Amino acid sequence: MNAIYILWLRELKRYTRSRAMIIASLGQPLLYLLVLGFGLGPVFQKAGNGSYLQFVAPGVIGMSVLFTSIFSGIGLLWDRQFGFLKETLVAPVPRVTVMIGKTLGGATVATIQGAIVLAICLIAGFRPVSWAFLPMTFVFMIMTAIVFAGLGIAIGSRLQDMQGFQLIMNFIVMPIYFLSGALFPLAGLPTALHYLTRIDPLSYGIDALRNILIGTSEFTLTLSLGVLVVSALIFVAFGSYSFSKIEL
Amino acid sequence: MIKVEHLVKDFGGAAAVDDLSFDVGAGEIFAFLGPNGAGKTTTIKMLTTLLKPTSGTIEIDGLDPSRQANETRKRFGIVFQDPSLDAELTAFENMDLHGVLYGVARKVRHERTEMLLKLFELWDRRDNYVKEFSGGMKRRLEIARGFLHTPKILFLDEPTLGLDPQSRNQLWTHVKDLNASEGVTVFLTTHYMDEAERVADRIAVIDHGKIIAQGSPDELKQQTSTDSLEAAFLALTGSSVREEKAASSDQMRQIAKMWRK
Repeated sequence: MNAIYILWLRELKRYTRSRAMIIASLGQPLLYLLVLGFGLGPVFQKAGNGSYLQFVAPGVIGMSVLFTSIFSGIGLLWDRQFGFLKETLVAPVPRVTVMIGKTLGGATVATIQGAIVLAICLIAGFRPVSWAFLPMTFVFMIMTAIVFAGLGIAIGSRLQDMQGFQLIMNFIVMPIYFLSGALFPLAGLPTALHYLTRIDPLSYGIDALRNILIGTSEFTLTLSLGVLVVSALIFVAFGSYSFSKIEL
Repeated sequence: MIKVEHLVKDFGGAAAVDDLSFDVGAGEIFAFLGPNGAGKTTTIKMLTTLLKPTSGTIEIDGLDPSRQANETRKRFGIVFQDPSLDAELTAFENMDLHGVLYGVARKVRHERTEMLLKLFELWDRRDNYVKEFSGGMKRRLEIARGFLHTPKILFLDEPTLGLDPQSRNQLWTHVKDLNASEGVTVFLTTHYMDEAERVADRIAVIDHGKIIAQGSPDELKQQTSTDSLEAAFLALTGSSVREEKAASSDQMRQIAKMWRK
């Protein structure tokens, strides 16, 4: 437990000490929120779907959680490049312990980042249907963050250098985001897109946030939570396996 | 304490370590010398569970590192050739993190951290981020961290690289003290022959992945009819520069890793 705690704490310290990184990581969600939220707002309203800012805010929060958690896992690559990975790999603790500490650290940082974006959404004019349910969003942010931190570690364990980073961004991270229904409703999609959105775990995370925050959803909260728990187990197990196979 | 038999590590057809066999007794200081790319670091990586051997057997304090990795890791400490600190943490935090990972009790951890940071003249900078340290300070911190827990075996992979003579002297004095007082077995690599001669009970010279000579410093000099360890080393390994070979074997490793993915 001490090893998990110290590795979790390390992730938090690294995050809180890097103000430039915090500000930079807010740039993209802000751009999506302000440009799409206000830019597409009138079109969305004309189509009879209400406020686009209200609709897109949970998607932007989900985006922030996705990017922060998956990149915290891929951050393993930095540990590899700067040598710290060796220190953890020769330590007399099971590698799964190291992996759990890192996953929980990444998930905590991603949840904090999601909370900051939620606060920005509120400042921008977003209003939840019920303030009382707001704490429930954290459950889904944490679960979503664990899923993608696990996936990030699995990817980070297999990457040897920075050259594969762009590949991961274009072929894994962006498709996960665009297929999640963060920017468009999940109902009434073409068949192929319908199925693709259903196998994306982020769809369930964002749909649950939308359910809690604006009261509209495609899935029940129980289904979303179930899918996220199962996805977390699969990705953390996959991440643990990949991490245990690292050779330097 | 360390027993290696017919150890081979092959990277995509290129053998970095080729049928290596040697023993290191408990409480012995054993130096592993060789030119760049000879296979020293690859051997240390296999001994410390970072790499799996292609074939051959390793025994660390009676344990098989490839099957009992975690138990084996409890037996040794290591100072790496390359940096392995977290630059975003302070010197004290790096020491503390290491102590927690190695299960050193909080009180002992703090006492030993203070003692070691004072020994390596870093105590006044304990709350500074490692990214603000000079190369020499980082090296001293790496070494201090390696001594935080008292392992049965200490692996030192070119520990004095980039250190000034004063720090080198401090390091080897401490290693000798630790070896004498706690009976710690030391396995070291270095390019400084004077250091090997000063501290090692026994030396093995490795080249092209094979051990080509072993014995005490005096025995090696006798074997080669030379009057210094450096002359003995050059007589055994030749005087051509090996940097190119090291780089290409490293490339082979990277290619082999890519293909395995």
